[in-house]
Amino acid sequence: MTGPPGLIEARELTKRFGDKIAVDHLTFTVAPGRVTGFLGPNGAGKSTTMRLICGLDRPSAGTATIGGLAYRELRRPLRTVGALLEAKAVHPGRSARNHLLVLAQTQGLPASRVDEVLDLVGLRDVAGKRTGGFSLGMGQRLGIAAAMLGDPRVLLLDEPGNGLDPEGIRWVRTFMRQLAAEGRTVFVSSHLMSEMSVLADHLVVIGRGRLIADCPTSEFLQRSSERSVLVRAPDTARLRELVTAGGGTVRDDDGPDRAGGNGAAPALVVTGMDAPRIGELAASERLVLHELTPRLPSLEEAFMELTAGSVEFGQASQQVGSAS
Amino acid sequence: MTVTPQAAPPPQAAPYPPQAPAHDSWPGLLRAEWTKIRSVRSTIWSLLAFVVVAVGFSALLATVLSNDWNSPSGGVGARVQLHTDPTSTIYGAGFSLGQLALCVLGVLVMTSEYTTGAIRSSLLAVPRRLPMLAAKGAVLAVLDLIASAVTVFAVFFVFTSIISSHISITLGTPGVLRGTIGGILYLTVIGLFAMAIGGLIRHTAGAVSTVIGIVFVAPILLQLIPGTIANHIYGYWPSVAGQLAGQTTEQPGNVLSPWEGLGVFCLWTVAALVACGAVLAHRDA
Ligand SMILES: Nc1ncnc2c1ncn2[C@@H]1O[C@H](COP(=O)(O)OP(=O)(O)O)[C@@H](O)[C@H]1O
Ligand SMILES: [Mg+2]
Repeated sequence: MTGPPGLIEARELTKRFGDKIAVDHLTFTVAPGRVTGFLGPNGAGKSTTMRLICGLDRPSAGTATIGGLAYRELRRPLRTVGALLEAKAVHPGRSARNHLLVLAQTQGLPASRVDEVLDLVGLRDVAGKRTGGFSLGMGQRLGIAAAMLGDPRVLLLDEPGNGLDPEGIRWVRTFMRQLAAEGRTVFVSSHLMSEMSVLADHLVVIGRGRLIADCPTSEFLQRSSERSVLVRAPDTARLRELVTAGGGTVRDDDGPDRAGGNGAAPALVVTGMDAPRIGELAASERLVLHELTPRLPSLEEAFMELTAGSVEFGQASQQVGSAS
Repeated sequence: MTVTPQAAPPPQAAPYPPQAPAHDSWPGLLRAEWTKIRSVRSTIWSLLAFVVVAVGFSALLATVLSNDWNSPSGGVGARVQLHTDPTSTIYGAGFSLGQLALCVLGVLVMTSEYTTGAIRSSLLAVPRRLPMLAAKGAVLAVLDLIASAVTVFAVFFVFTSIISSHISITLGTPGVLRGTIGGILYLTVIGLFAMAIGGLIRHTAGAVSTVIGIVFVAPILLQLIPGTIANHIYGYWPSVAGQLAGQTTEQPGNVLSPWEGLGVFCLWTVAALVACGAVLAHRDA
């Protein structure tokens, strides 16, 4: 059985490590021709999902397929799928060229292809050096070279920006966009929203192994946009009471001027209640407001909001119950 | 903020490589494993240690025996054994220690993949896993066979020429060629045995210790236990049975003939490789 070439499909994908569920009934598809971001806080299960798709880990339940085939069913898989995984996957005593040559030989690719990908990532000059001496960034480039070796139509990249300098990150971004524009499937994970916002057309968002969102990046942004309002008032305690009683949710603003420096009043962030309603409530109680600003949340904020319940160690504890 | 809601659908799919044939390319897998083994320094160091230890210890023993040949006390046992079982004497000195280098090489072929993480690259390329193990075993076996053959013959000629003024042993002496070939095969198989242990344990130190325990320590302990059951366990023990292959003729007290011994050792090795393959195929990498 084969499916649309280049389509990644996860169905009810589940992985347990002992008692711990790292990936919890994930169902999503990744389509060709665009960059799909795989977003989630650290420990959300992104790397595990990537390993499951590549057949390195066995799912406890569910399936993952590429073009309708499980990774293990692919012959000469590097010609279909290129993967850059999070963990090191290179013998430090072997040269970069020999590392790639080994992979090329398993796929029946000519040795000349090794030099092509070395040029592609700019490692030609150090090709004969043992990879043990490589910097993090060079190691990442070598990983990308390995992923590109078979000119695959599907690319899986787990936190490709790790260890790269800003120039390298820009290079990888451009490269991924170009690959997607060529019609390839590009599935790239990150725990940084900022990275995804400039890169991904579509997002698969997970937290604690569960699917949180599978939608265009713009839609992800809009999801909670109407409900966030910045309010600045001298008497925040009263305001807090008022808004909470009216069904809104309040948290302290965690922006840079939250404490209200330079004589400014302290700021609150209200969700679940729009700006006009807050203004009306305040007026009815004769409460002074210094600022009332509806906010379009940054992608980062939208993400924190949506994953608040699923962050592993409660880094997002500032988020006070922005339910649904 | 740059958010692109939807990428335009690609105008035309880029030209992709033609559909690959639906089978693993064995020549490719063998070539890849050969590239792996030749491109790390531990291989050449292990083989060098193997040759130096084997030839060095053999030359030393031969020299001592030769110098003390007429002394009534020194080396009587060895002198007697040179008549009854010359190949065991000649190869025993150098290879009982030298084989350790081949064991280390065999272990490293597997464990270095796990300790460095290279196994992930390997299994991405060969996701069905067992073909990789088979190719690895084949390449290691050929390398060990060549290294063992060269070293065993070198040891034979060094030893016999040092001792030649006292006793003449040639490949034509009855049983000597058989014992020599048996010794080469034993050394080849022990490499595969160690490789299997490496694949089961996945850590270099743990796997090397286990191999040393099985090959060197356990036989000594088993010999201390009296009784026929212990004697049979000893006789069928992997390294003990395997080393019978290096005997010139079957010796009194053996529970197996030389070829039977090698056969038993091969069965042990096949069992270890099957276990290794099962673990490789099922465990997460
Ligand atoms: N081999 C493993 N054994 C046990 N737990 C694991 C293993 N791999 C991952 N985990 C756990 O699974 C969860 C998800 O991890 P991971 O997939 O690495 O998350 P992410 O890549 O999103 O940061 C984490 O809690 C992690 O500790
Ligand atoms: Mg990760």
